[in-house]
Amino acid sequence: MPDDHAMDEAQRTPLFALHESLKARMAPFAGWALPIQYPSGILREHAAAREAAALFDVSHMGQAFLRPKSGKLKGAMLALETLAPVSVAGLAEGRQRYGLFTSPEGGILDDFMFANLGDALFIVVNAARREHDFGHLRAHLSDACELEELTDRALIALQGPKAEAAMMALGARVGEMRFMDVAETALAGVPCLVSRSGYTGEDGFEISLPADRAEGVAEALLEQPGVAPAGLGARDSLRLEAGLCLYGSDIDETTSPVEAGLPWAIQKIRRRGGAREGGFPGAERILEELESGPARLRVGLLPEGRAPMRAPTPVFASEDAAEPIGTVVSGAFGPTLGGPMAMAYVPTDHATPGTRLYGEVRGKRLPAQVASLPFVPHQYKR
Amino acid sequence: MTKYTEEHEWLDLDGDIVTVGITEHAAEQLGDIVFIELPEIGDEVAAGAEVSTIESVKAASDISAPIDGEIVEVNDKIVENPALVNEDPTGAGWFFRMKIADAGALDEFMDEDEYKAFIE
Repeated sequence: MPDDHAMDEAQRTPLFALHESLKARMAPFAGWALPIQYPSGILREHAAAREAAALFDVSHMGQAFLRPKSGKLKGAMLALETLAPVSVAGLAEGRQRYGLFTSPEGGILDDFMFANLGDALFIVVNAARREHDFGHLRAHLSDACELEELTDRALIALQGPKAEAAMMALGARVGEMRFMDVAETALAGVPCLVSRSGYTGEDGFEISLPADRAEGVAEALLEQPGVAPAGLGARDSLRLEAGLCLYGSDIDETTSPVEAGLPWAIQKIRRRGGAREGGFPGAERILEELESGPARLRVGLLPEGRAPMRAPTPVFASEDAAEPIGTVVSGAFGPTLGGPMAMAYVPTDHATPGTRLYGEVRGKRLPAQVASLPFVPHQYKR
Repeated sequence: MTKYTEEHEWLDLDGDIVTVGITEHAAEQLGDIVFIELPEIGDEVAAGAEVSTIESVKAASDISAPIDGEIVEVNDKIVENPALVNEDPTGAGWFFRMKIADAGALDEFMDEDEYKAFIE
């Protein structure tokens, strides 16, 4: 049941009235009133993203421009590299990349997306970490950068194989865009900042646009063939099938990027021997783990039975082992997978795909196999 | 005679056999159901004991035995196809049948009107 007090306190996105008119079941999430699901239900919303197109309101996420004080973007890019173990300066104009803020201990403070717009970086962070992240950027980068928080913009994700056609039918020039391209284009007559990306494993777009025009654009998209609204419930089952991390569940200050299986996010140029090696918080631990391997790893788990293994299901090496070796951090039923799926942290010597482990669910040790991620193949347009 | 519990179960009494399922309200609140675990036939269960588990796409919840009794029949169809509970919670989506010693024990539960008032 929704917490009434938290709902009263929750901030409303520019699409709140639209959610109500679509009879969404609303709940507080990271301080925002958001749709959990619409009357069609999570399974149908999930299927829409995989087979047609699903529209998500992700306006709760924090959006900002990071501008160089010098006038040269390179200054802002190199400044951001002091907080994140990624190659920012190597990102071409019109491209987007996944990034991580790390702590001095090598944990993850947040994950985020950043794009090179030529004269500024466009940054999108998690709603629950918005204040932290923007405070963090101001505290450390103020000498080199100006941070402009975009509080008057909405963010809409349109995900699925029919997303491109829906966008183009409304005049958006996205046909030439590849995965992680970013461009300014008009959608239904409204100037938008569009990236070909998302968090479902499908081809699709994230659309940043003026808050006061968001409802009209969302309605126009929902009128396109195959486009259905989808809530946080489907967003979670989609991202888990795609093997993507949810900050606060799968990654946090206690997990390093290498343990989390995110070494691909750390480009060679920031690693040992690279031209811009280290120079980010926690570099000592993270660079060492990249070379020697971490003690534990985030892995996929496929329960052999039908029972979902939800967080924090303890994971054991055998049916009768006394102590758990790890814990499930995300677990649910995968609608496209057609069965339960989970992600867990386990010691590296138990992390090989095919290894049989046991999750304890309601007092019973149930077998599950370590599986490669993603559970459902990505369909990005590369 | 159909009775209702505060845990959103419906109880249908026929002789000394009670059929147990979840209400339409409960099925709607749970959302799409994807996994169900049922008790074993022959289980002697006490009122309040957790005898069945429902997992929806959102969360797990338990079904407890409404009264003391013995499980005499379970609906395997909902194990194979949990969506049946969403489609027809008060019919084809029943959970289990139990034999009870004291039919009078059902008197304490709500009738339909009381249950309707309860969920409002």
